[in-house]
Amino acid sequence: MARSEEWSRFRLKLPGGGTWSHVLKRHTKLRIVDVDGGANVSAMFFHLEVPAERYNMPDTLKAQYTAFLTKGRVLMSDMGRVLCSIVEDTCGWHDTLCGHSDAAHVESLYGPKPYEHARNEMHRNARDNFLVELGKWGLGKEDLVPNVNFFSKVVAGNEGELAFVSNHSRAGVHVDLRAEMNVLVVLTAVAHPLDPSPKYAPRSVELLVGECPPPTPDDPCRISRPEAARAFENTERYFA
Amino acid sequence: MTMGLVESALDPARAVQSEVVPAGEGWLARIERGQTLRIVDLEGNQAVDTLFFSAADPRDRYSAVDTIRVQTSLYLSTGSKLLSTSGASLLTIVADTCGRHDTIGGACSSESNTVRYGHHTKSMHSCRDTFLLTAARSNVPLSKRDLTANINFFMNVPVAQDGGLMFADGISGGGKYVELVADADVLCLISNCPQLNNPCNAYNPTPIRVLVWAAGARS
Repeated sequence: MARSEEWSRFRLKLPGGGTWSHVLKRHTKLRIVDVDGGANVSAMFFHLEVPAERYNMPDTLKAQYTAFLTKGRVLMSDMGRVLCSIVEDTCGWHDTLCGHSDAAHVESLYGPKPYEHARNEMHRNARDNFLVELGKWGLGKEDLVPNVNFFSKVVAGNEGELAFVSNHSRAGVHVDLRAEMNVLVVLTAVAHPLDPSPKYAPRSVELLVGECPPPTPDDPCRISRPEAARAFENTERYFA
Repeated sequence: MTMGLVESALDPARAVQSEVVPAGEGWLARIERGQTLRIVDLEGNQAVDTLFFSAADPRDRYSAVDTIRVQTSLYLSTGSKLLSTSGASLLTIVADTCGRHDTIGGACSSESNTVRYGHHTKSMHSCRDTFLLTAARSNVPLSKRDLTANINFFMNVPVAQDGGLMFADGISGGGKYVELVADADVLCLISNCPQLNNPCNAYNPTPIRVLVWAAGARS
């Protein structure tokens, strides 16, 4: 599926419940693979040099007139720049409206399972995983912002009522992100907070990092909308 | 639940605080637990960009995504509990004569204006500039990292079932208001939106009034 030379920099299997952070350098790309189907990856994105600049859900959605993410769209920072472009996506819909799980939610859904009894089979939650991983970069509570939930779909009805779509992601689907800045990616593979399944079974994912040419003038993400083109211009001015 | 039209019985003459916030200005105030905050859209179709923080720990702040997930609805109206990142209820909406308020559209900024409307708008006034200036003028230690997805009172941002998102004409009108009771001691940071490039303020930003009633005023 993935040509090995294309993903030569890095390859890792992240077990369900696991957390990972990585500096995704400008013009490299990250592939996230839902190995077994039914995965969810809660992810945040920061500008490495100035992490007060970070993924901004409202700016990303309103500039692209969308309430979800897929191929051809970009992840914008609060500074009007493109952090990452979604250059490939075989899943089709990634949620960014619903936040992530915390300890109280996980315990209420699956019951208590602390380390003392379960060792590393303990129940994990996205909030604690984020706080630990952000802490390693000198970041913390102030940096908990609306995240992306890769491989998860939540739709809104006419009155705004939210519905989680079960069985959305299939085994082997993947999403490819091209970094347009030096991006700190912090992600964790735990269930979506609206996933109603009563069984604690966070799925593992595969992570691959590879080389990637810079976007061309006719890059599909750049020309998808004039708003995206201007965000690319802002990004290029930063590096000018 | 999104069209929870409920009027308030509170008398503006008995408010302990009543202030007009002109278009394009900020407002930062501490609201004590039990106090009631009312925001009045004086002339209609005015977006009021608002952030709330726990006064005890401003790093624990209003969280749009936690709020909409727990109530499983995108829009805010009467009965909505405004949750913090830690899951605490900061305030509850107890009256609303508008019916629907946005919390996924965010606040405008100088930088997002360039993306949405063109580079020529870089120097136009924006909500996030107002947030930064209002916080910087205060003695509250809030910085850019504390600015996250806010509430846009009186703004209408419908999401279609296919995931499309639009900025629709406001459903607010002159004199409509939203009223909240504080469930904890909170800081309220408002930018009365100066945006001139989209219909969120009907291309004409106008003043709002904020009123605060003492704890116990509702009993």
